[in-house]
Amino acid sequence: QNPELPAEVRSGTTQQMNLFQSINDALSLALASDDSVLLFGEDVAFGGVFRCSMNLAEKYGAERVFNTPLSEQGIVGFAVGVAAEGMKPVAEIQFADYVYPAFDQLVNEAAKWRYKEGKGGRHVGGLTIRMPCGGVGHGALYHSQSPESLFTHIPGLTVIIPRSPIQAKGLLLSAIANKDPCVFMEPKALYRAAVEQVPTAYYTLPLSKAEVLKEGSDLTIVSYGHPLYTCNAAIEQAEKDFDISIELIDLRTVYPWDKECVLRSVQKTGRCLVVHESMVNAGIGAEVAASIQEDKETFLRLEAPVMRVAGWSIHMGLMFERFNIPDVATGGRD
Amino acid sequence: EAWSCRFPGAVNSKFTDTLKFEHPSTYPAIPTYRCTTPDGDIIDSSIEPPPDSLALLMYENMIAVSIMDVIMFEAQRQGRISFYMPSQGEEGTCVGSASALEKEDVIFSQYREAGVFMQRGFKFEDFMSQLFANKNDNGRGRNMPVHYGSKELNIHTISSPLATQIPHAAGAAYALKMQRRQNPSLPPRVVACYFGEGAASEGDFHAALNIAATRSCPVIFICRNNGYAISTPTLEQYRGDGIASRGVGYGIDTIRVDGNDIWAVREVTRKAREIALKDGGKPVLIEAMSYRISHHSTSDDSFAYRARVEVEDWKRRDNPITRLRKYLEKKDLWNDEKEAEVRKRLKAECLKAFSDAEKEKKPSLRAMFEDIYEEITPEIQAQIGELREMLDRYPDEYDVTEFEGGKET
Repeated sequence: QNPELPAEVRSGTTQQMNLFQSINDALSLALASDDSVLLFGEDVAFGGVFRCSMNLAEKYGAERVFNTPLSEQGIVGFAVGVAAEGMKPVAEIQFADYVYPAFDQLVNEAAKWRYKEGKGGRHVGGLTIRMPCGGVGHGALYHSQSPESLFTHIPGLTVIIPRSPIQAKGLLLSAIANKDPCVFMEPKALYRAAVEQVPTAYYTLPLSKAEVLKEGSDLTIVSYGHPLYTCNAAIEQAEKDFDISIELIDLRTVYPWDKECVLRSVQKTGRCLVVHESMVNAGIGAEVAASIQEDKETFLRLEAPVMRVAGWSIHMGLMFERFNIPDVATGGRD
Repeated sequence: EAWSCRFPGAVNSKFTDTLKFEHPSTYPAIPTYRCTTPDGDIIDSSIEPPPDSLALLMYENMIAVSIMDVIMFEAQRQGRISFYMPSQGEEGTCVGSASALEKEDVIFSQYREAGVFMQRGFKFEDFMSQLFANKNDNGRGRNMPVHYGSKELNIHTISSPLATQIPHAAGAAYALKMQRRQNPSLPPRVVACYFGEGAASEGDFHAALNIAATRSCPVIFICRNNGYAISTPTLEQYRGDGIASRGVGYGIDTIRVDGNDIWAVREVTRKAREIALKDGGKPVLIEAMSYRISHHSTSDDSFAYRARVEVEDWKRRDNPITRLRKYLEKKDLWNDEKEAEVRKRLKAECLKAFSDAEKEKKPSLRAMFEDIYEEITPEIQAQIGELREMLDRYPDEYDVTEFEGGKET
């Protein structure tokens, strides 16, 4: 039923998959379709700590799917070099919380490669960095982070966060095929929780394109990843309680993002609420809100201030997660 | 056997009942290989003497670098380029190692490797286009001077962050290995990666050597140990036996070589290339010892932290250029007359390229916005429009005449 998928994929076979299985399926198809795809990171060979790379080393060989030493700057630096020679490395950072040692490689090298190379046209577009992100109930300080807005401040990187198995597979295959370095963030709380019938064929979904999940006329909610489920539940409740109609937009790619889709929606509804898990300060919501008020046409249609529902400006304390991650009640606090 | 430990982390270790720490001082320093005396005589009979034509070319390339260094250092002092980094004293390490690589081998460098570029075939014109950031610059006017690169010569473009290129080299070497495995008709290739002894203190050095060893990557790491990282002497950089002693710790075949002995550097690199390609590939570490005769860069006055006499001493006592000149003279391939002639010709060529490059237009303004992504994003497209509006509105505030096409690009 997804109109973005080609007819033959829609009419083809499907299989029930959760998010980690659909990512595994995408990785397997990528490895099968292109010899230049390599998969590596900490503990990926035995299947990965979240099972995303199960059976891939057996199927595609230990030379293409392998463990690296425990060094994030090494993983990303190595991946940049692999990509610079024209291959398509898919590197895994075990938790988004541990990407910071590789920050220099991402910001100064991967993101700037095409620009600094100039005329020769060499690039590291084959590079995809996968990382589990977001709250998981008990991840505390270093197994809960959502650092996407640190990457959206870096020209040259494409930052993607899927919400479901179908989407994860299509977006991951796009990220691998795409000729720019991509940061692919996987909400780990959905690895097992999100289940749907996923087409077994190879397919891609467009990057830098938002998806309107539900049309509405009184309020636009912009979100991505895990909180979309919370948004859905909140919308159901709010539409019943307040007799209003809410439009829900999934950004999917948080940078370069689909500004046009959001502006068009807000011009229609006149109100906007941005929801994300990561802290409110300088988050995706800040960019969305600023872009809305900066656009003359949209600004004139606004009937209320743009609001943000996001994590507090704090660290994720173990016992306090449920008070920090936006839920249905906080959605109603505005 | 009873005295083998069988711990998985060090399977070859044996138990001992003597409590004894390993002292670095009890290990002899790794020796420095040389095959030519300071007087130009070959003392290792096992080395293959290079053909005379190549020896002469390498000599010319070292001179070319040293002439360009003098001219460009001066040009920066006159404010004609914004920055420069000379490589005086290290011409031998660069030209010597590059001469032992194949054209298809991939190179990553730090920034003090003009000799590598020269030996590969980078022309005065190419250096000058980059230094003046004109429209012929491969980097499209985006990078600081000395950040050269060439797709044709298989040299990746230099970036300023130190040591980041070392893990790139490991990854690139793994890519070359996989590509040849998938297509055996490809020629065997290695990656050569240059860095200074200061950069070797970065985490990326550690990450790179370790992953290169565990993934068996055909890469030659070439450390230029020239005694200083800007003002920091090696005594404040490390306390081990230089960089070479670390290679062994990573399980990497390692050698230390006299960087002022161009034949030693060449021979060591040639052998390293063979080792790197053997048994499916493995990394090799070369530590080339030399002395940074020049200032660190045009932004540095090195006499603020080292004695002028120390520098003069190195310049006179041991220098890769004079050592090769003595070798050539002993073979009757060189004399004062040829020296004067070549220096005159190279200087003229360099100055011609200099003045041509200085006169060229800068790249089009559009180059500022391109190559961020493969395609220009709608956001950047809008910003191109905003800049154009600004240039239209305030024509006297921004001089765009030196850019190709002015504001119309």
